[in-house]
Amino acid sequence: MEELLSAEAWGKVWTYRDTFLMGFGNTLQTAVLGLLLALALGLVFGLLATSGKKPLVFLARVYVEFFQNTPIVLQMCFLYYVLAFSGVKVSIILTGVVSLGIYTGAYMAEVVRAGIQAVPKGQFEAAASQGFGYVEAMYYIIFPQSLKIILPPMVNQAVNLFKNTSCLYIVGGADLISLTYSFVTGATTGGAYAPAYVVCGALFFVVCFPLSTLASTWENNLKRRDSRGPEAKKLEEAGVS
Amino acid sequence: MIDWQASISILQAQGVLVYLLRGVVFTLVISVCAVLVSLCIGAVLALVRNYCTGRTRVLKWLSTAYIELFRNTPLLFWIFICLVFCPVPQFLAHRMLGLTSVEVRILFRAFVALVLFESSIMAEIVRGGLNSVAPGQFEAGHSQGFSTVQIMRYIVLPQAFRAVVPTLLSQVISTIKDSSYLANVAVIELMSRVRQILATSNVYNGAGTQLVSDVFVLFGLAFVIYFVLNFALSCVVRSIQKRKPRQAARPAAARS
Repeated sequence: MEELLSAEAWGKVWTYRDTFLMGFGNTLQTAVLGLLLALALGLVFGLLATSGKKPLVFLARVYVEFFQNTPIVLQMCFLYYVLAFSGVKVSIILTGVVSLGIYTGAYMAEVVRAGIQAVPKGQFEAAASQGFGYVEAMYYIIFPQSLKIILPPMVNQAVNLFKNTSCLYIVGGADLISLTYSFVTGATTGGAYAPAYVVCGALFFVVCFPLSTLASTWENNLKRRDSRGPEAKKLEEAGVS
Repeated sequence: MIDWQASISILQAQGVLVYLLRGVVFTLVISVCAVLVSLCIGAVLALVRNYCTGRTRVLKWLSTAYIELFRNTPLLFWIFICLVFCPVPQFLAHRMLGLTSVEVRILFRAFVALVLFESSIMAEIVRGGLNSVAPGQFEAGHSQGFSTVQIMRYIVLPQAFRAVVPTLLSQVISTIKDSSYLANVAVIELMSRVRQILATSNVYNGAGTQLVSDVFVLFGLAFVIYFVLNFALSCVVRSIQKRKPRQAARPAAARS
């Protein structure tokens, strides 16, 4: 713990700042690309789950249950070893993007499903009666209403995705945690445990804290608005209160 | 590259299945213990964050800082930190449970990290339950002459815990999954043991080299075990959630 106050240890971290920046960059890149994949998968499987057609609903159910009920570490290792043992060369980042994307996609699908199902059934019927097709009804009527229910939990899932990039360590990853660990245990750089972990933790915190705070305040505001009863809500939506 | 018979023969090799099953037991014991301990810590943190106002508000800030710090950083980060900085009590520093003394020490440190991390999540879950108890309950309790501690013990906490039982059970699922992060630092629980067998699969499969089908068989088995455990739990969660509206409806009906 003494290193926390040692100028030498902090100096070492500063000298090798590129290591931390590279790790942060890799983590960010994995998380952003993974998030895009997760959003795409979440949207598709969320729509399948609410389609009302038995085989499609079942397919979405299987996807969600399988990936939500097994650890991401196992999924990522599986992908990595299957590729490695079959002699396919794929970058670690891509392995991470694919496995994290698919894993988070299962959670996104549940979020999208819950959001769509929260819209009253009458809205679908009204849309159909006015001659809207499936895509139009979804795009113009259902999604705008479910968006406010969907977004806060989605932000939470994005935070989880960002934290889960640390799984890359087990397949020899290049993310922030892995690089910090190899920095503190490396032959030439080793030793400066406390400052290195402070920097690593701070980098995670500055990304995750604002996002998760945003998500929880957002959710609380929505809850408070909903609990005030329909009359107050109508006034508020009309911009009166 | 693919030889199913050879790969499946790994599981029939002497001691492999027992080795993996011991891993399952470790996974379950670690997760259940972590959930129980972190629930206690989390409940205290939640109470402090919600109700320590006025002169004791420093405690509230501390608990808020703890929760936000651990909620917004990865578990693996805390495992690495505990491996370096966490002290181990003397009576744990020898071999037990079929683990070497080094492994026992790592297990204890990783367990501490898991508990620290999960307690921040538990705190938020319990807080959600506390916030769901109507403020009128406090006033009613006070008007009946209950002290604040009595209100907590007899009125608020029972309602809060009942409200969060499904979320707590879902957190058991998350903890079982999170326990696989221990595979990063030691060979103790299921995930790491599967990986360990896979690393030397050429010894067991009789083919002399490692096969792609080894990955499918070994990891497939791990997928099945994790899935069965967690899916069973999530079915329990869903059945509780389904029962809930009826429970909520009963007091309303009794009132009229």
